[in-house]
Amino acid sequence: MLIDLHNIHKTYDNGQPLHVLKGIDLGIGEGEFVSIMGASGSGKSTLLNILGILDNYDEGEYWLDGKLIKNLSEKEAAHYRNRMIGFVFQSFNLINFKTAVENVELPLYYQGVSRKKRNELAMHFLEHFGLADWATHYPNELSGGQKQRVAIARALITQPRILLADEPTGALDSKTSVEVMDLLTELNRTEKVTIIVVTHESGVANCTDKIIHIKDGIIGETTLNEQHKASIFGTSTIMK
Amino acid sequence: MNDLLTEIWESIRRNKLRTALTGFAVAWGIFMLIVLLGAGNGLMNAFMNQGEHFATNTMAVFGGVTSKPANGYQTGRRINLNDKDVAITQSALFSGNVDKISPELFKGPYTLAFKSRHTSVYLNGCYPSLMEMNKIEMLEGRFINQNDIKQHRKSIVLAASHAIELMNGGEDYASLIGKTVTTDNITWVVVGVYKTDRTAQRVEAFAPITTMQMITNDINYVDQINFSFHGLTTKEENEQFEKTYRAALNRAHKAAPDDESSIWIWNRFTQNMQMDKGTHFIRTALWILGIFTLVGGIVGVSNIMLITVKERTREFGIRKAIGASPWEIMKLILAESVSITALFGYIGMFLGMVACEVMKMTVGQSSVEFFGETVQLFVNPTVGLGISVGVTILLVIAGTLAGISPAMKAARIRPIEALNDVN
Ligand SMILES: Nc1ncnc2c1ncn2[C@@H]1O[C@H](COP(=O)(O)OP(=O)(O)OP(=O)(O)O)[C@@H](O)[C@H]1O
Ligand SMILES: [Mg+2]
Repeated sequence: MLIDLHNIHKTYDNGQPLHVLKGIDLGIGEGEFVSIMGASGSGKSTLLNILGILDNYDEGEYWLDGKLIKNLSEKEAAHYRNRMIGFVFQSFNLINFKTAVENVELPLYYQGVSRKKRNELAMHFLEHFGLADWATHYPNELSGGQKQRVAIARALITQPRILLADEPTGALDSKTSVEVMDLLTELNRTEKVTIIVVTHESGVANCTDKIIHIKDGIIGETTLNEQHKASIFGTSTIMK
Repeated sequence: MNDLLTEIWESIRRNKLRTALTGFAVAWGIFMLIVLLGAGNGLMNAFMNQGEHFATNTMAVFGGVTSKPANGYQTGRRINLNDKDVAITQSALFSGNVDKISPELFKGPYTLAFKSRHTSVYLNGCYPSLMEMNKIEMLEGRFINQNDIKQHRKSIVLAASHAIELMNGGEDYASLIGKTVTTDNITWVVVGVYKTDRTAQRVEAFAPITTMQMITNDINYVDQINFSFHGLTTKEENEQFEKTYRAALNRAHKAAPDDESSIWIWNRFTQNMQMDKGTHFIRTALWILGIFTLVGGIVGVSNIMLITVKERTREFGIRKAIGASPWEIMKLILAESVSITALFGYIGMFLGMVACEVMKMTVGQSSVEFFGETVQLFVNPTVGLGISVGVTILLVIAGTLAGISPAMKAARIRPIEALNDVN
């Protein structure tokens, strides 16, 4: 398994302790395309943040590619985030004073790649995503779909093993949502990127091969969805 | 490096006004520091110029006017120093401290003539040891020697500036040695030429004091006694010595032993001690003042950087989420802080140096007449290259100090919290 979670617990303590994850056991293999669904507040984002080493957990073990991810130094965490993981957020999280191409090449800067090479690679990705003409535009000059595609390009430029997406279509209309999901599907099929998507939309979940339900801080049922017949986009399929 | 500069430039560009305001605080601080140090240097250089012509462990003694009645004499009696006083100074009484002695007898001005050329000169009758005490530097020939004194020879040591005048602009001093020159109706043999300093107060020619006493009929009379000394290191020791010495001379002239106005003692050692204290104090005060102003600038930069970090929290969170290490984030803030400080610091330094040059061209050129002597109040009121290097180091340290707390704050930002930040 590329990702192995054993009995993960996470409690937020802002005055009043809130036990969010209550023993998560989960395994995700190389090249899988998985979605995580669950009610609001069920701990989906919390789980994804732990997977992305953006947050730490209190109890249990998280093995990533055979390495125990626990009590990492900030520097090590940064290294893993940079080399292994790509992150896509609902709110894009692009740096708004940098152009599309500058945003995309930033992860390579932290790898010490030369400016010229960075730029070439970033342009290549943007072209691939049909954004070549928008390369020198700033985020506030892009549509939501374009922004999310720039964000995906940025997440992928380091060729990570895993792509984590927290409601990547949450801020998009259904047409652009379909475009983005098609893009992710293609990446999973051709580049064999392991993709984990957190979503509320069953249409989005239906694009993935496996749907994991999370409820009250533990993993509920897991549905295999190889045929992609769980539900389709559009018609009253959004569960919130 | 290039990338880092680009990042800094972008950040500065986005916050022009804020950067300019903080920059001004730093520039002002450095400007003040440079101007203050320059002015201080000007003052101190002026001080030093007065003192550096003499060996520091010497005293000069002059006769004055009595202020106390003694031995049947009223006050207001003029005391003239003479050979007896020289002998007392040389006696076993003071040999524990006194090293070399040279009385001086001044006369003039005379018309100094060589062939058809002439100039005006003061003659200073002295002993050979004056050369060392007054740091006289020979360019050619020799100074007055013991035989000149004993045999009342008419030997003369000319100033270079006079020698040039007598040779009609030529600088071949050697050719003048052994030649005869005249002052009014007396003929002298030139034995040496000494180097003149442009700041020298009065240009004089040296002759044996015995010869001078003879030709001026002032047998025994001396204007001044100079002597070098050793073993007097504290103010108290110096005062004690001066007291006994003054008493000895006063007694010889039948004046009250403790009369301080009948015998004047000019102690260059204690004088220097005082001056050192003074210059040290001025220098310290200026640095403290300048540094306080600079600290104001640093605090300003630090505050601005803190605001910047707060505003850029989300951005730093994003950077961390995509793989920036804490050090990368710190670097960003530190580099920006050092850049702002250094850039504006240099502007301040440049303007400060311009101001120093202006000072040099204005007050630096003016001088005042002080008891017939020209005294410059300000000599070269600028800061040297050493200070510029010092200021550069200071700026980098200041910038780092200003940036360190904001940078650590930025490095500690947790990506997850930054991304949840609502703005
Ligand atoms: N930093 C935090 N400090 C305190 N409580 C938190 C924090 N982050 C999340 N929580 C709480 O933990 C619980 C789980 O949050 P989480 O964001 O994981 O839910 P979610 O499943 O992603 O919900 P949604 O579908 O609304 O995004 C929520 O009750 C939330 O209020
Ligand atoms: Mg969420």
